[in-house]
Amino acid sequence: MSTVTNDDFKSYLTPFNIVTGLIIIAGLIVTVIRFTGGLGAVTNLDDNYPWGIWISFDLLCGVALAAGGYTTAAACYVFGFKKYHSAVRPAVLTAFLGYALVVMALHYDVGRPWRLPYPIFVQQGTTSLLFEVGLCVFLYLTVLFMEFLPTLFEWTGWRKLRDALVKMTLVLVIFGVVLSTLHQSSLGALYTIAPSKLHPLWYSAYLPVFFFVSSIAAGLSMVIFEGSLSHKYLHRMMDEEYNRNHNDVVLGFAKGCSWVLFGYFALKMVGLTYDNNWHYLASGFGAWFLVEMLCFVALPAFLYAVGARDKNFALIKWTAILTVLGIVLNRFNVSLVAFNYHLPSEAKYFPAFMEIIISVFIVTVGVVVFRFVSTRMPVFFEHPDYKGQH
Amino acid sequence: MKRRSFLGLMGAAGAGLAAPAVAPVAARAAAKDFRGYHDTPGVLFDGTRCIGCRKCELACNQVNNLPEPEVPFDNLEILNTRRRTDSATFTVVNKFDTPGGPVYRKNQCNHCLEPACASSCFVSAFQKKSDSAVDYDETVCVGCRYCMIACPFEIPTYEYHKAFTPRVMKCTLCGPQMRSGELRLPGCVQACPMEAMIYGPRHELINLARRRFAAFPGRYVEQIYGEHEMGGTSWMYISGVPFTQVGLREDLGTKSAPELTAGALAAVPVVVGVWPVLLGGIYAINKRKEKIAAQEQQEAVAAALAKAKAEAEENLTTSLSKAEEAANRRLDNEVKKAVKEALAKKEEELKAADATKTDEEEGK
Ligand code: SF4
Ligand code: SF4
Repeated sequence: MSTVTNDDFKSYLTPFNIVTGLIIIAGLIVTVIRFTGGLGAVTNLDDNYPWGIWISFDLLCGVALAAGGYTTAAACYVFGFKKYHSAVRPAVLTAFLGYALVVMALHYDVGRPWRLPYPIFVQQGTTSLLFEVGLCVFLYLTVLFMEFLPTLFEWTGWRKLRDALVKMTLVLVIFGVVLSTLHQSSLGALYTIAPSKLHPLWYSAYLPVFFFVSSIAAGLSMVIFEGSLSHKYLHRMMDEEYNRNHNDVVLGFAKGCSWVLFGYFALKMVGLTYDNNWHYLASGFGAWFLVEMLCFVALPAFLYAVGARDKNFALIKWTAILTVLGIVLNRFNVSLVAFNYHLPSEAKYFPAFMEIIISVFIVTVGVVVFRFVSTRMPVFFEHPDYKGQH
Repeated sequence: MKRRSFLGLMGAAGAGLAAPAVAPVAARAAAKDFRGYHDTPGVLFDGTRCIGCRKCELACNQVNNLPEPEVPFDNLEILNTRRRTDSATFTVVNKFDTPGGPVYRKNQCNHCLEPACASSCFVSAFQKKSDSAVDYDETVCVGCRYCMIACPFEIPTYEYHKAFTPRVMKCTLCGPQMRSGELRLPGCVQACPMEAMIYGPRHELINLARRRFAAFPGRYVEQIYGEHEMGGTSWMYISGVPFTQVGLREDLGTKSAPELTAGALAAVPVVVGVWPVLLGGIYAINKRKEKIAAQEQQEAVAAALAKAKAEAEENLTTSLSKAEEAANRRLDNEVKKAVKEALAKKEEELKAADATKTDEEEGK
């Protein structure tokens, strides 16, 4: 019984496992270099570009794309769209992992990671928007963890603890929405302090609003995107209820996301007019801005609407990917492309190979943990002992 | 009276008239928002005097015990490349080619009155001191480098090569050395052979600059860079060429860094206060809707039940009465039949009796 045969070993050598294994090994190697040689040993950061891809992708995009947690939970518990119930758990799990990974990524990026609790516990810089981000992310991570715990307790069978937590669901959800509103918008507000460094087409006093509204689109699209991925690869874990509601969720979210994107587009135009920046559209940055606005905001808004009307699930899925790419593009534009636009191009930053490895490594860790949890715990199905109880 | 001076007088009178009205408001606002920087020290850099000798760079390097630079300080060739501050260089002098020939300008931390670095730091590692120096406390710095993002003058730099003790590095205005009595003036100011820099109370520097504008007409661009930029700085510049030509951005505006982020910060209490109420309200409305829906459903079910019951009862009564009727009819029929049969029998009997009678009579 207890002998490990060759066949057992072979069954672990799936292409998925080999690729993830290699990425994780590479990530660990770079980790060692980073923490022995300093930031300079692995990154292309310099005095003009103190923030690189770890902030742009891991933090700004990571947080935006993890917005599915609060949007789905709010839709289900606050706005009473009960048919989205089955989507809550996967979304909460994704958000929790997303934020946990953001915090993990921050350990690479900041100079002295062991001091990350300082702003909260040692000395508070309350005038800083980064303080707000830090505090909210810390609190929200706690909230997400508590929202996720019932899943874990159902798996381990600790009914009392689970029931106590489930009773707090609504409070947690509202708390989560408040915290998300704050830090999603603060991430944009971080850049309001640097009007001279960010190109006027991207700089706006409305940055916090832009970031918040686009995070809703990001969250909804990620739920659709991830839902269809999981549908394909984790189908065996899903119960009837999940599958029955899946299409409803996709259609509803597509419709909602279409509205949000249209609204976002309109807001951006208001911002453009308010700052009187239309004349910049004729420049190179203007063309790039138009690409972002037309191909990655207006187009998906339209495609979502068509997809929802025609119940065209393939179209909706592709639109979700387009939207997610659009959010990533926007965060990159704000934090890298349009940032320090006045510098000569040879002074511009491009991520180093090892920086990219770390980002890929962190995403991979997320996928592995997600797979581990969702194939064991009641994420895509209702635990038989707790049917219809939450 | 010449027209120019007349207008000047009018202007002065206008300002004098306006001032009393404005001053109390400004003072009140200032009392709340600013401690006031009137007497705080600063440095005035006069670009028309600097000759690009790099003596200030050397002094800064020695005073702060910074590592030897790659290019020695007596090499002036380096002035042909644009440089910025880095973690081992707190100040640099750059040469700018202008239509009127080369112009030199020193660059270092401007020790802003409302520093972007300080307002952006999430552990308050930066602090504006009463002697004007913007101080950095490395014992709390997390190394997030948001201060570097925030500083509009691109001053703070970072020790990227250190694994465990990286610091943000920038000019200190020689605050530590002057507080300890080691120095009477900032190292660079003291070292300058041309007296291109003057150290003194900020308002006096501003007056001095104005006096120079007046004494040397046509020599200066009559503006003091740093008087208002980004809310004002302790380090100020006057120049013979437009400031943009010597690498000083004129598009920074006069808003201080805290003002830029005040809106976003002010939104926090609004969100914290309003969102839970709003969301709670929406939740309550939905709950109520659900409750009403459930109630209506219950009522509908009850009504349906009652109706079904009534119908059933009616059915029962009708069928009962029908059954009774049927029974009655059957009874009737039975009776009728019995009567008929009885009558028929009687008749037969009568007939039979008749027949016997006739027979008897015939048989007689
Ligand atoms: S110049 Fe930059 S580093 Fe110096 S005080 Fe101002 S904001 Fe801070
Ligand atoms: S790097 Fe240090 S000093 Fe600069 S903002 Fe971050 S914690 Fe503050």
